Amino acid sequence: MKNRWVLFVPLAIMGLLFGAFIYRLTVPAETLIQSQWIDKPMPLFDLPPATEGVEGLKSSDLADGRPRLVNVFASWCIPCRAEAPQLEALKQAGVPIDGIAIRDRPEDVAQFLREYGNPFDRIGSDMQSSVQIALGSSGVPETFLVDGKGIIREQIQGVILADQVPEIVAKLEAME
Amino acid sequence: MRLRLALALLLCAAAAPAAAQDRLPSAPYAYQQLQDPAKEAQAKALMETLRCLVCQGQSIADSDAPLAGDMRHEVRSKLAAGESPDAIREWLVARYGNWVSYDPPFDGATALLWLGPLAFLAIGGWLAFGRLRGAKDEEEGGAT
Repeated sequence: MKNRWVLFVPLAIMGLLFGAFIYRLTVPAETLIQSQWIDKPMPLFDLPPATEGVEGLKSSDLADGRPRLVNVFASWCIPCRAEAPQLEALKQAGVPIDGIAIRDRPEDVAQFLREYGNPFDRIGSDMQSSVQIALGSSGVPETFLVDGKGIIREQIQGVILADQVPEIVAKLEAME
Repeated sequence: MRLRLALALLLCAAAAPAAAQDRLPSAPYAYQQLQDPAKEAQAKALMETLRCLVCQGQSIADSDAPLAGDMRHEVRSKLAAGESPDAIREWLVARYGNWVSYDPPFDGATALLWLGPLAFLAIGGWLAFGRLRGAKDEEEGGAT
């Protein structure tokens, strides 16, 4: 009976499989889908103004030589409210910020800007999420770091935290 | 501490679509079929193999999430403009990775899934072969 150990191979394989299942149950897979559209040029778009008194946004605006942020937000997005102070701080630090409002109504955008401030140079209205999809973005808020040539360098998913602000300023300065 | 805060905020961000909805009507092609039945059939087949980004267990054909509706609009608009289903899938994969497709290609990450069954078949065959030969040897040994 030299090959008796072979009998334990299926058991060992089952053990490994169950181990893998239990591991995945306790540590769920990453469900945040990162954009693959990084180090690539901004997709071509030309969005109308999101509300009265702001400029619309087109992709050629994003290649004017100055690195900048493109913030994907919406007035109906609760975390976007929590992000407003950090965007304001970035603006104070001299960072140009453009906005893309997702599935939003002009009056709601105006209300949002009144309540939480307007750090944006321009705000384009993306009614059917088409630019959001072209960017590989899957939620709000998201922020893209775009260099002076209009190349997307980095995607930040979720709310920008206060301690990320200096880091973002430094990254954009390094792109100049 | 910072990591925890970040995680909490990320969870908030992920929960946003459920907690708050926009008030816009859905995009034209989100719930409306294409005029051309052949193209609509292509669109349906394609949408059933594209994964919704917010409601992650569903295809965009099955989901009522606003982003899924906008993705259906995107797919139908592109098909109506004459793009092929494969080109549209590639366009989306270039943005969201293979994650967005329910029809993943054969590559390093999926090799085990494709080759696993063959490997198990080979192991099973080898075990069965060994067993049968062992039984035969015993039989012959018993006869002499």
